[in-house]
Amino acid sequence: MDWQGQKVVEQLMQILLVISGVVAVVAGYATESFRTTMLIYAGGVVLATMITVPNWPFYNRHPLKWLDPSEVEKHPKPQAVLAVGSKKKFSKK
Amino acid sequence: MHSFGYRANALLTFSLTALAFICAIASFSDNFSNQNPSAEIQIVNINRFKKQSYGNDEVSLTLDITADLQSLFTWNTKQVFAFVAAEYETPKNSLNQVSLWDAIIPDKEHAKFRVQTSNKYRFIDQGHNLRGKEFNLTLHWHVMPKTGKMFADKIVMPGYSLPDAYK
Repeated sequence: MDWQGQKVVEQLMQILLVISGVVAVVAGYATESFRTTMLIYAGGVVLATMITVPNWPFYNRHPLKWLDPSEVEKHPKPQAVLAVGSKKKFSKK
Repeated sequence: MHSFGYRANALLTFSLTALAFICAIASFSDNFSNQNPSAEIQIVNINRFKKQSYGNDEVSLTLDITADLQSLFTWNTKQVFAFVAAEYETPKNSLNQVSLWDAIIPDKEHAKFRVQTSNKYRFIDQGHNLRGKEFNLTLHWHVMPKTGKMFADKIVMPGYSLPDAYK
């Protein structure tokens, strides 16, 4: 799971659980059934588990773009440029 | 949130916290229910009224109990425990309470009832103060919720009296 995916999955989990909790309380109070409340909330928890716990491909759309190794050779570290000896080495190449 | 275990742990923690909130809300909502229970008790007959061989007065009586406790039931009520107590004053104690009958009411459908019964538990005074005694019959109830705070209340019905002589 990439960084963007981790951010999304955390928000998604909290939103899903809060919404299912609110719906459960309202529905249970309206139907005067505590059982309904518990069933709806349990359903919400199961749904949230299915959506947020497995590493779905959806969460891997923003992979980190690492530089190609050849790029590093084209842009050497600043220290390497400053040091006299290494500059020589570089120019020899 | 980078691994399966972290996500499962975060979900479990958050869902249980939310569950605790739901239970707290359910308990809190009980404060706003309209409660107007009613009860009426008649003494049909004094079956027996005697002094026991070791000096205590004992009464056996038949009660006709009519009660409507349906309004005590909310979405968060598991059951209601109700009991009838005889309450009277003696020179030694300002309040004597003797439980005569009790019942566990499991649901709203059974909360409106009428029973005619002799006292389930023996009505014995610790002494011999019951002749001609004025007493109250009190219907007490304890509301046991599914979650949260337990409530208790009562209806006091005054004006009952025992005969002046044993029989």
